[in-house]
Amino acid sequence: MNPSLYVFLHVLVAAAAPPLLLGVINKVKAGFAGRVGPPLLQPYYDLLKLMRKGSVFSTTTTWVFRAGPVVALATTLFAALLIPLAGPLAPVSFTGDLVLLAYLFGLGRFFTATAAMDTGSSFEGMGAAREVTFACLAEPAFFLGLVVLAKSAGSLRLADLLGVSLWANWTTAGAALALVLAGWFIVLLAENCRIPFDDPNTHLELTMIHEVMVLDHSGPALGMILYGAAVKLFVFAALLVRLALPVATGNPWTDWPLFLAGLLAVAVAVGVVESAMARLRLIHVPTLLVAACLLTGFGVVLIGR
Amino acid sequence: MNGRARLTKMRAGTSLALSSVAQFDVTDFRRAILDAVAEGERIGALFAAEAPQSDAVDLYAILADDSQSVFRVGRSRLASDAYPSLTEECPQAHLFEREIAEQFGIRPEGHPWFKPVRFHRSYRAGRDAWGRSPNEPPVVGDTDYYRVQGDEVHEVAVGPVHAGVIEPGHFRFQCHGERVFHLEISLGYQHRGIERRLVGGPNKRTVHYMETAAGDTTVGHATAYCHNVEALAKSAVPIRAQALRGVALELERLANHTGDLGALAGDVGFLPTQSYCGRLRGDFLNLTAMLCGSRFGRGLIRPGGVAFDADGLRAEQMCERLNAAHRDVSDAVKLLWDSASVQARFEETGPVSRDVCDELGLVGPAARACGAARDVRQDFPSGIYRFAQIPIATWHTGDVFARAYVRWLEIERSIAFVREQLSSLPAGPTRQPVSDLAPEHLAVSLVEGWRGEVCHVALTDAQGRFARYKIVDPSFHNWTGLAMALRDQQISDFPLCNKSFNLSYCGYDL
Repeated sequence: MNPSLYVFLHVLVAAAAPPLLLGVINKVKAGFAGRVGPPLLQPYYDLLKLMRKGSVFSTTTTWVFRAGPVVALATTLFAALLIPLAGPLAPVSFTGDLVLLAYLFGLGRFFTATAAMDTGSSFEGMGAAREVTFACLAEPAFFLGLVVLAKSAGSLRLADLLGVSLWANWTTAGAALALVLAGWFIVLLAENCRIPFDDPNTHLELTMIHEVMVLDHSGPALGMILYGAAVKLFVFAALLVRLALPVATGNPWTDWPLFLAGLLAVAVAVGVVESAMARLRLIHVPTLLVAACLLTGFGVVLIGR
Repeated sequence: MNGRARLTKMRAGTSLALSSVAQFDVTDFRRAILDAVAEGERIGALFAAEAPQSDAVDLYAILADDSQSVFRVGRSRLASDAYPSLTEECPQAHLFEREIAEQFGIRPEGHPWFKPVRFHRSYRAGRDAWGRSPNEPPVVGDTDYYRVQGDEVHEVAVGPVHAGVIEPGHFRFQCHGERVFHLEISLGYQHRGIERRLVGGPNKRTVHYMETAAGDTTVGHATAYCHNVEALAKSAVPIRAQALRGVALELERLANHTGDLGALAGDVGFLPTQSYCGRLRGDFLNLTAMLCGSRFGRGLIRPGGVAFDADGLRAEQMCERLNAAHRDVSDAVKLLWDSASVQARFEETGPVSRDVCDELGLVGPAARACGAARDVRQDFPSGIYRFAQIPIATWHTGDVFARAYVRWLEIERSIAFVREQLSSLPAGPTRQPVSDLAPEHLAVSLVEGWRGEVCHVALTDAQGRFARYKIVDPSFHNWTGLAMALRDQQISDFPLCNKSFNLSYCGYDL
């Protein structure tokens, strides 16, 4: 396929598909609860609504507060360019880009947390403390997974890690990759504030993790945050899909539908988890994250034999 | 001499001439209350009233002796605007004493946490217990709060405006990281001055004030009020009306308990039970609407009986709908008990020990969840509950699970009761005219609302009008229980604990 066409498709999907994932999750949850639920495209309508609104900025905040949503969105969008979606290529690719991927999320988180602290609100400070505490535990799980992939692919480029060589690696090191898949699914739930870690639907400021950090944002800034969160979910879901289904036949007519079907499957899985279980007590969140670290850690042990 | 023995005994559903209520001096009055509480009695109400034709103030104490099913009543005329506080020796008096101080400007000397309750002006002009300026109206929440000092201690203030659509209330947490050292609850934002508006009644407005004292306990408060009027008028209530009142009271309990179980599931992010119980709550409300046209039972309970009847066909239809709702609610709630992740959240969250429960005088499901077998329907039966007993549902762990499980047990008991009553409604009229109220009498009524004991005390003047009407909503007893439940808990568990108590703001603020 023409590389420039591929890049165009990649950017289009990465930019347009993320809110749909949220729509699918909400539909699945509604189905479990016996409700009709909001329309699939509701997240798009919400974003459009927010983009048309005015903003209110507290007088106690500084430029940091305004920079938070912008940096958070920019970093996740850039991260979406680093991952191959449905083909052998990613629009941006170089040796060592996997470290950039991890720290793009770190940078976004740093700014979101700092913007939260900038408001001086005790809730937001609490939320920022929770977010970074849990991130400390989610990050190692993510990195250990990358180590497994890098070792099995013998490369430090994401395009190679998640490339066609994975097919062969699933047969030689399938156990390690399966552990990474399980560990990363937990990381996906934690990083994207889904149940059992956080409840994206709650209005109870004392129990929130991510949501409480963005309480003071309004209008387009809030829209950017919500969109950024959707893109982040998309990036993690794409990682999982590529790991489980490393299709890169070069034929866009098979690659893209397979990739999109994989994305839907991840969204449905998230919806099922959210419907079937309650949120963890906050004090038990680290336990599950440590479990994710152990899973990916065992993957490293298996592959390093 | 044991002061308790001197208190006047009275039974539920009766009235008493004011002249026969035991009169004490303040020291003996204090002693009598402390003796009674030491014997295991609870303070049902402790309040002040203006003495007739004088500038003085009388203190009244209504003590509930659950084991004997009697009240003990005493009063004391205060010679000055201060008296020695009971709270140090009897913690359940703490809010009552603050309320007396706020309403009448009477200082309980030595009260350990002496603050306003609802932030309104004193009933007696110029006698403010805190010496606040009479020119400016008090600002709700304008007071000193408990503070913990230390490098890593931080304070989190929530409300009075909340993120959800709930009533206003202010909560202050003293936290060390995620751990709560202390929670202070400050209410008063919904104060409407109901007790003051009832003086001079009963009139056309009175019953509506009662029905809206706490909107979700319409039937409970209206029934307590009607019992008082009927006791003061020495009127009987037709047995059919008593049965229908019981049905309405239990339907109110069913709707609220079901809604609470759904909301508890929602607070831990467990969707199935949340959604189903949200709908089922509506089904129970609709059953009340079938009875009287109002989902909250407004207009049903009236002095002398009930204003609506359920004929044979309607009672049959209600039974059918009740059975369908019973099936659905059983399934929805079973999911809750079967889900390990939900149980992990409920168990050992927000525990209240039996000792704390008894010291604070908790009532209702919150008390029964601590193992206290305390239920007005058994302890002070009135109306239909004298003929149809409902077993008391208790659990022993005192945590969120216990408060949820007691609700479920009560749902089952209430459904059985309503079914039984509807299928065998006694024949006869539903309402009888009520005569004039006896002058200078006192009546006390207790009703087990869904949240717990609703206590109403009426005092009449020489013309047979209300000289003082005291309402004690169960929330008045239980808010402090919530504060204690949060000690040493995670701040993120507060919404769950709060929901497990589900107390009324307006019932407390009156």
